[in-house]
Amino acid sequence: MDPHLWLKRKGRISPYEVVFWPIVLVLPFWLFPTYLSLSSQIAITALFCISLDLILGYAGIISLGHAAFFGIGAYAAGLLSAHGWGEPLSGLAFAAVVAAFAGWIVSFMIVRVQHLALLMITLGLGFLLVELANSLGSFTGGADGLQGIDTWKLLGVWKFSFWGKTAYAYSLAVLFILFLVCRRIVRSPFGLTLEAIRENPDRTTALGAPNRAHLQKIFTLSAGIAGIAGALLAQTTETVSLESLGFQRSAEIAIMLILGGTGRLYGAILGAIIFMVARDQLAGMNPQYWYFWIGLLLMIVVLFMPRGILGGLERLAALGRRR
Amino acid sequence: MVEPLLELRDVSAGYGEAVVLEDISLDIMDGAGLALLGRNGVGKSTLIQTIMGFTHLVKGTVHWRGEDITRLKPYQRARAGIGWIPQERDIFPSLSVEENLGVVARPGLWDRAKVFALFPRLEERRANMGNQLSGGEQQMLAIARTLMTNPSLLLLDEPLEGLAPIVVEELGRAIADMTKQGGMTLVMVEQHAEVALKMTDTAVIIERGRIAHRGRSSELIRDQATLDRFIGLNIGT
Repeated sequence: MDPHLWLKRKGRISPYEVVFWPIVLVLPFWLFPTYLSLSSQIAITALFCISLDLILGYAGIISLGHAAFFGIGAYAAGLLSAHGWGEPLSGLAFAAVVAAFAGWIVSFMIVRVQHLALLMITLGLGFLLVELANSLGSFTGGADGLQGIDTWKLLGVWKFSFWGKTAYAYSLAVLFILFLVCRRIVRSPFGLTLEAIRENPDRTTALGAPNRAHLQKIFTLSAGIAGIAGALLAQTTETVSLESLGFQRSAEIAIMLILGGTGRLYGAILGAIIFMVARDQLAGMNPQYWYFWIGLLLMIVVLFMPRGILGGLERLAALGRRR
Repeated sequence: MVEPLLELRDVSAGYGEAVVLEDISLDIMDGAGLALLGRNGVGKSTLIQTIMGFTHLVKGTVHWRGEDITRLKPYQRARAGIGWIPQERDIFPSLSVEENLGVVARPGLWDRAKVFALFPRLEERRANMGNQLSGGEQQMLAIARTLMTNPSLLLLDEPLEGLAPIVVEELGRAIADMTKQGGMTLVMVEQHAEVALKMTDTAVIIERGRIAHRGRSSELIRDQATLDRFIGLNIGT
């Protein structure tokens, strides 16, 4: 069978997926209408987490500074809106282009280093951008955050209200569309080659894959998607702060991905849901020490389900099938 | 005069400062089979890696179908049609057999059905992960994966090393079938010299990084004195 045809068959939508998406669309509207704001934050975070999964889970690029691109996207959309253009969809496109361009520039460094050097470079990038945004206070709002963002009606019809209905539907629609794009990419020959590069870069070179070009492409795409997630946050909350670029956001997104399971896309979504809901509930119970429970959860997952919660569930299902 | 498929001229190469190969000149004709023989550590694998572009070339040139590829990167050489199956096999452990075969597959004579016909055991294991295969199956997968890139020249580096005799026999048959079916040019480094000599037309013996002997494989297999001198091999013909 032609390998492309085989990959196409492998990429068919499963029944689980057909069930999952309508549920996440409908459930928050019906069951948790007062939590729509949290739901839209989860959708945005899941999108950001997917962008990290593309580089970490599929291509093996470890990053502790991915929030840099999230923040660039947030500031790009926020600044555009604060300067008089609040149309959300074009704002998203603008943020995507700016963040992807930044990602493309950084990718030249990223593909030349590995392991600890990669961690340090991505970490340094995050610190650098936070301080840059802080020092350009007249432009970015500095530590006070960017002011004056005004998001126009979505498609000229739906207003972004306090209740967050439009924000959730908008965030979820963007998440769904970009999820499909990412799904198509990771199940293409290009995606398979990325996984092979992650496993053994020398071998993929010997088989004829231009490793650096492939890694640059996926890093640029990932930065663009992270930028879109950042722009969504800026548009739906009408605020952008230095925190959007910071290390904590980068670290949290890595935790979510490891919790959910890397290299699966759905692991990114599951990790974002678990982390954000746990944070909301635990912070409500104990605002000071809620990270204790997150830390405990992370340790348990890494010890007992090294491939994340989704990986653990897959293993259980496989064991069940064998019996 | 017929142009060689691959031509090495006065090639000296190695790793970093260390020069392993010196003044190697070699013509490999289209459709031919070449056995690269020699004791351990004389530079056979280094020569294969030099053809692929993975070593530091000190001097000399490499031509492919008459084009100078000396400065081409390894992936460009692979795309030009040079396939390499390394000694270490290097299969992708957490990809399935199917996925391993799909990585960088290029259209041509060899497709999934054809490689499964050549290696029926791989078809049985198609859903298994790379790290769930035996040594022999991993070697079959390494060969099949390179075949999926449809190379014109196949560089086989000790494909039978460390395998059980029954698997050596099975793989040896498959390699012979494969070269016959594909009209493929073959360069084979092999400790089992008698296997390599039976599968190839010409043979080169390397000694301390230089070519010490070249001739027809059918003649070398009967030349016990040369085999004994350079390889320390006694073939009971």
